[in-house]
Order: sequence, then C-alpha cells, then structure tokens
Amino acid sequence: MEEQQNLSFRRVPQEERKTDTILRPPSTYLKDSLYNLSKNPLGMIGTTVIIFMILFAIFGPIVLPYSYDQQNLRNNFQPPSAEHWMGTDNLGRDMTVRIAYGARISLQVGFTASLLSLTIGIFYGAISGFIGGNTDLVMMRFVEIISSVPQILYIILLSQVMPKGEITNIIYVIGLTGWMQTARVVRGDVFSLKTREYVLAARVSGVSNFGIISKHLIPNAIGPIIVSLTMSVPGAIFNEAALRFIGAVGTTIPSWGDLARDGMGAIRSSPHLTIYPSLFISVTILAFTLLSDALQQAFDPKKR
Amino acid sequence: MATLLTVEDLKVTFSTKFGQVNAVNNISFTMNEGEILAVVGESGSGKSVTALSILQLLAKNGRIRNGVVSFGDHNLVTMPEGEMRKVRGAEISMIFQDPMSCLNPVFTVEYQMEEVLRFHKKEMSREQRHSRMIEMLELVQISNPEQRLKQYPHELSGGMRQRVMIAISLLCQPKLLIADEPTTALDVTIQAQIVNLIKELSRQLHTSVMLITHNLGMVAGMADRVQVMYGGEIVETAPIDVIFYGSRHPYTSGLLKALPKPNMGDEPLHPIPGSTPDLLLDHIGCMFYERCDYAMECCRDLTPPKYRISSDHMAKCWRCHPDFSETAEEKEVREAR
Amino acid sequence: MVNYVIKRVLLAILTIFVIATLVFVLSRAIPGGPFDRERPLPPTVIENLNRKYGLDQPLFNQYLLFMRNVAVLDFGISYHLLGDETVNELIARTFPVSCLVGVWAFALAVLCGIPFGIISALMENRPPDVFFKIMTTLFISIPSFVVAALLQYTLAVRLGWLPVAMWGSWKQVVMPVIALSAGPLATITRFTRASMREVLDSDYIRTARAKGASSFTVTYVHALRNALLPIVTVAGPMFISIIGGSLVIERIFALPGLGWRLVQAITGRDYSVIMGLTIFYAILLIAILLVVDLLYAFIDPRIKISQGSRSSEGGD
Repeated sequence: MEEQQNLSFRRVPQEERKTDTILRPPSTYLKDSLYNLSKNPLGMIGTTVIIFMILFAIFGPIVLPYSYDQQNLRNNFQPPSAEHWMGTDNLGRDMTVRIAYGARISLQVGFTASLLSLTIGIFYGAISGFIGGNTDLVMMRFVEIISSVPQILYIILLSQVMPKGEITNIIYVIGLTGWMQTARVVRGDVFSLKTREYVLAARVSGVSNFGIISKHLIPNAIGPIIVSLTMSVPGAIFNEAALRFIGAVGTTIPSWGDLARDGMGAIRSSPHLTIYPSLFISVTILAFTLLSDALQQAFDPKKR
Repeated sequence: MATLLTVEDLKVTFSTKFGQVNAVNNISFTMNEGEILAVVGESGSGKSVTALSILQLLAKNGRIRNGVVSFGDHNLVTMPEGEMRKVRGAEISMIFQDPMSCLNPVFTVEYQMEEVLRFHKKEMSREQRHSRMIEMLELVQISNPEQRLKQYPHELSGGMRQRVMIAISLLCQPKLLIADEPTTALDVTIQAQIVNLIKELSRQLHTSVMLITHNLGMVAGMADRVQVMYGGEIVETAPIDVIFYGSRHPYTSGLLKALPKPNMGDEPLHPIPGSTPDLLLDHIGCMFYERCDYAMECCRDLTPPKYRISSDHMAKCWRCHPDFSETAEEKEVREAR
Repeated sequence: MVNYVIKRVLLAILTIFVIATLVFVLSRAIPGGPFDRERPLPPTVIENLNRKYGLDQPLFNQYLLFMRNVAVLDFGISYHLLGDETVNELIARTFPVSCLVGVWAFALAVLCGIPFGIISALMENRPPDVFFKIMTTLFISIPSFVVAALLQYTLAVRLGWLPVAMWGSWKQVVMPVIALSAGPLATITRFTRASMREVLDSDYIRTARAKGASSFTVTYVHALRNALLPIVTVAGPMFISIIGGSLVIERIFALPGLGWRLVQAITGRDYSVIMGLTIFYAILLIAILLVVDLLYAFIDPRIKISQGSRSSEGGD
C-alpha cells in the first residue's frame, strides 16, 4: 500500500486508452494451415521423403551408369556392393537403376490414378451434395452399392478388359475404381457446408450460386480434399503394386510391384531382390501416410 | 448465517500453445448456508473455472496454482481424488450449461439417476432408490415420472433434461449446488421456470446455490447476494438490492445500463465498448481500465485494492479510495438510479 | 424398426442384382473366351463347346439365364475343370479355407485393436500411445504382401519356425492370418483411439465425474459404451478389405482358397467360375454389411427408438 502517495485521479479519455489492440496479425486459412504443417516434424519427414523419391525417379536413371535392361549374366545375383548399390538380379541387371525406373512407374501411376479418382470423386460428390434431395439419395445409394465389392477385385476384372502392357490402362483402372471414398467425403462436406449459417448469410446478401460455391464451399472443402488426395495416393501405389505382385498385369518397364514379385523366387538366396523394392514401396506409402496425417491436423480449423 | 464454503486466494492457470492463461487471479469469497449467490460476468471472466476448481474438475491443461477452498473441515484443493469423489454429487453437486449434451445418450434416465444413489447411498435398497427417484422427479415437476425413467435422454425436451439434471444433482441432498449457466441453452419461456424451480428447491431442501450466469437480469428476484467477476477477478460483491441500486464498480453499472428496459422507446442501447481482456498477458493496473467510462491514470498503472464499503459490500475500484471524490454531476447521475 | 429392417434388406437384394449384372458385363467384356488355349482348338470344337454351354446364344438371353441361376444360387459349371465339379462344389471346397483365415484375421484385428485403441486413448501422448501410433502407421503403410513376404522370410526361411506355405496344419494358418490382419488391426486401433478421445471430451463424461463416478466407471461404463458404437460401422468396410486382401495373401502362401481361384479364373477367362465366385463373395459381403447395419441400429438407442414406435416426445 505504499504506492498511495502518487495516486493520480486524472481522468483518461477514451482516445488515450488503447482499445481493441490487434495482438496477432490476421492470417488466411491457407497460411495458417501451411504454418501448422511446417511445425509438424513427421509431416516434414514425409514431405522430404516424397521429394527424395520424386528426384530419385527423375534423375536416378539419368545419373546412374546402367540401363534398366542391361544384362550381364556373369554378374547375376550379386548382393549390394559399391558398384551395384542394390545388387543385381537374375540376369545381372543393376537393381538400383531398375528401382529408379520402378519409381517412375509407381509414382506416375500413384499420382495420376489418384488425381483421376479424386476428380471423379469431387465432381460426383459435389453435385450430389449440392443438389441434394432425391438425386443425392440415388447417387449415394449407387455409391454404396458398388462399394460393396473390394476395390482390388474391380481392378483385376477391369485390368483384364484393357489390353495389357500400357501404363495408361493401369492408371485408368485404378483411377476408375477408387473414387468412391472421395465422393462420399466431398458429398458429406458439401452437404454440411451448404446448410451452414455463413452460406445462408451469403445467400441473404445476394451472392449467386456460383459465388457461393467458389467463395464459400470450395475453400472450406479444400482441406479435406487435399487430405483425401494424400490418402488416395498410397492406395493407388498399393493397388498397383498388389496387382503386379499377383501377376495380373505387367508392363515392359517393371514397377516396384513387378520387382518385388520377381524377387520372391530367389528369396532364400538373394533376399535383397525383394527387400529393396518392398522397402521402397513401404517407405513411399509411409511418407504419404505421415503427410496426410499431418495435413489433416494442419487443416483442422479448430487449431487456428 | 453460518459459513459453508470459503475460497481464499484461488489462482488457476491453463497452459495453451500460445502460453499460460491466467483464468482466475487470486480471488477470495465465501458462501453461506442456505443462501443463493449469483456469480455474474462475461465469457472469460473466470466464473466457470472457479466452479470447476472447487470440485477439481478442471481440464487436463488447467492447474490450481494457489489457494485454499475450505469446506467443512477439509481443503478441497488438496483433497485426494478418492475423497473428492465422495464429495462430488453428494455434498457438492454441479449442473452444467447444455442439457442436450450433458446426459449420456446410451443410458436411460433411470440408470443415470440411480447412479448417484448407488455411488453415495449404498445402504439404500432398490425399492428405496426407486421411490426416491420418483419423489425427486415429482419435485422437479416432471409429469409421468414412471414413464420418464424408462426413456432415453434424446426423447426428452431441453427443459425436461435440465430438470432431470437438477433432480440428479439433488438426490443426495447436497449442501451446495453449483449451477453453471443452467438456462443459457434453453428457450426464454423455460428459463424462468427453471430458475424459479432452483430457487424453490433451494429453500425446500436447505441447499445453498451458486448460480453462475452472464445475465444480470435473470438474477433479480432470485439471488440473495451477487458477485461480479471480470478478467479473472472479483470486482464487486454485495447483497442483491445493493448491486442493483447502489453498485460502486463501473463494470457492474455498465452491465446494468446495458440491460434493455421495457419502456425505452427511442433511447439507444448502452453496450459496454470494447472486448474482454487477453488473459495471456500479465496485467498491471485495473483489468477494466480500457473499457471503463471513468478510467483514471492510477487505474492504468496500479491494481486497485479491494475496498470494504460496508460489512457485506466490497468493490475493487480506485473510485472507492477515501481521497477520491466524484464531480457533482457524477454523483447526481449515480444517485438518480 | 421393422420399416428400417425391410428397407435395408430390400437394398441388399437390389445390390446383389446390380453387382451380378456388373460382373456379367465385365466378364463378357474381357476379350477372348473360356476356350482359348496356347494352341487354339479347332473351330468346330469351340463351336460345339460354345453351344453346349449356351455361349452361342444372344447376350441378352445369356443374361436372363444367368440371373435366373443367381436367384436360385446355382452357379453352374466350371468350363475348365474336366471333372464334373460344379462351381457350387468348388465353393464348398475352397471357401472354408478362406473363411477360416478371414475370420481369424478379423478376430485378431478386433480383439487386439480395440484394447490397443483404448490404451492409446487413455495414455495420450505417453509411451504406450506413441508406440501404438508408430505401430499403426507402419501397419497401414506396409502393404499386406510385403508383410507376408517379410513374415515368410523371417519366420519360415531364416528361423524355420513355421512352414513356408501351403495348407494343412494349424501352423500354416498363422502367417496368413497375421499378414491379413495387420492393416485392419491398425485401422481399428486408430479408430478406437479417436472415438474414445472424442467421447472422453464430451459433456456427459464431465457430468458423470461431477456425480462422483470413479475413473474406472467413467472410462469403461460411460465412455466405452459410446465409443464402441461408431466402431461397428467400420466393421463392414473392414470385412471388405479382408476379403480383398485374401486374394493376395492366398497367392503368396499358396492356400487353396476361394480368392486365389477367383484370380486364376479371371486370368483364364473361366466365365462361370468368375461369375460364380464373384457373386458368392458379393452375397457374402452384402449379407455381412446388412447384419452390421442392423446390429448398429439395435445397439444405438437413438436409432432404435426413433426408427421404431414414435414414443411420446417429452413436452415441457
């Protein structure tokens, strides 16, 4: 109570008192989410691995001194060494280069196929969710019905219908059979967003349908869409690998699945033939899973 | 009246990713037997946190840093969990804001009511429990109690669910009932019913009530004493008449002025400008400085002490300082109320 | 309640027919026929065979015949098997194998997944939770055939504890079951954890604690009951992925099961087997999904009551 001596009862007018100071600068949803993501160590690891894989796929075959079909029968079944980092296969071909080429195929298929299924899924889901009513009911029932069958079964069936050997066909096959999950998610989001108060507020202010979709619905659905994308890429890679592994399909340039399958025959003597491709498959899928987990947390609007 | 509960120097913080939030900042108050104390304040004033601290029900990131809560012979802050459980629901009960989500959707009303009795009154038999529950449901004015017992929460309306919550909380005849914004989520017509119900039951069962609300208007005709909180501190405490007609803290008068009155006509409304303070920072001076119509330099630099205006009236404001004198017009305005 | 059941059953039947049609179309769209060989058979022979099996009839007639057969669950004869085994008999022979592996995999996933998830939720961010997070992330990412190959290599080839493949003793069931259950186990663990966490943060849990409930009661009586509900909805897709996974696992472990026979039939264009087995799987899956749906409706009182008799909604 010693401060008593200096009490000043001078009134301080409103202008002098700072009110409503802005403590943190405003930020957009995107910036906040990316910031959240960068803070997530696992997410960063995932991203790094993916970037590495992409670089490996692009530059590996260029930088490495061997070609993927360069045979050297005296040098076959070599374990990993300084010359052949990942050993050689049954025909003496360098595994490192083959895995790099495999990366090209697997990653291409993975990205493109999931992009395809994502696009189909987004359109289907958005239309269904936005129109609502009986159309939505029927469309979603349809999705429910065809989801009753395991995707891999569709893939196997469809892959027989398409001519073998073309990479685009595999992309189509996987892309055309994997859109259901995304459609459900997008439809759910659009449906719930549609009835949010801020959409109603926008309508009341006279915003057009297109304006609502582009300014309100899509930006709020971007988060789940991106998460969906990162979740479907590993699925596509897995399906591609599984398809090759059971021998239902093959292309001239082998993908990781092919390599893993080929290696199975010599698993006792030269396990590295199976281990390396399997490792690459697993690590890539793992990286995407980590990334999608991290993205999911980053885009959570409650964490802004 | 005898003292029921004493809170001394209670300080509660929450650790968030932005830093530590000072939710309750060294507050002290008492509750007496048989009285209804209204704790009033905006969101973020610390009123709910205070209540949860009494029963050690804070979320995981909340810590009671300091303070003593005396209830009977015990200090509730340091009481071990096992003992605390015997207090909760039996000696001190609490009901919460949103009756829609406060009842477990997969259990019947009967199950959830009986639970309290099974926890605390183990000596009662099934039939005794059953008749006690029926009795209680009738006391909270629920019709067809036998039928209601068998129903699930989602089959009842909001008002009914809150009555059930009240019934559950009073089954063991606690000495204190803490009601945290019990009517905020209900329709206006139901609000008055619930509030009256609580008041009636409090008298009937001799249960003290700590009624937490942000609505000063609801408190009239119900509470015996009022405690106003702001920014984690108690800024004024007084009996109800004094609060309404003789309050000394600018925040309290601000709240009263902000209440719309029935005969206002074209008179503009008087909200309190600005928004609640950021509790992340360590604060110097009065918490209400930035929004106060009467702010002075000393308010900015020094935290006002608690002034005893009379035996049951306390206010935390520099204007209560003996050296302070209001201008003539201020005094007029104040006394005209 | 009855309405709900009827609706779901009708939908299930509709689904079966849609799938059957889809399969018919797809199997006929595959280029080539069931009698293609490396060295082509003389055309007259093919013609005769086609006529014998009704393959020379217009597509639509074939379709009608097919649908009629599906309705009576007669899956016809395999075109490749020289013996007189019908597809039905083929199913009877191979399904028990797949079923055994599948059921065990599901049981393992659920019986381990749920407790793991609960532990993970209760010990949020502490060592057990971290361990499970790592484990589930790995299991979700590593493809089942890699797990299978790994198991084969370590347990069978290097350590010799278990036989590498084939069918016969209980030892040969272990690795397939583990490989098949890895992914579903991870999913159930994660899902349980998320569900428990969400429930534990809800208001009614706070009410229970305010009533003086012990942690045990709060967790295992109040929270669990609510948390388990959504898990039932995951059970359906889980079955789907287990059945899908068996196609690959059976190949790796050379199990004489339904899945592998189906893949062989597809690559070999054995129409009737393709359709028979696929329809069989479809019926099986849809029946399971139906059961799961109805089960969920039964245990969630919110659906049970509101779908059923309109009981008196509380007025005030």
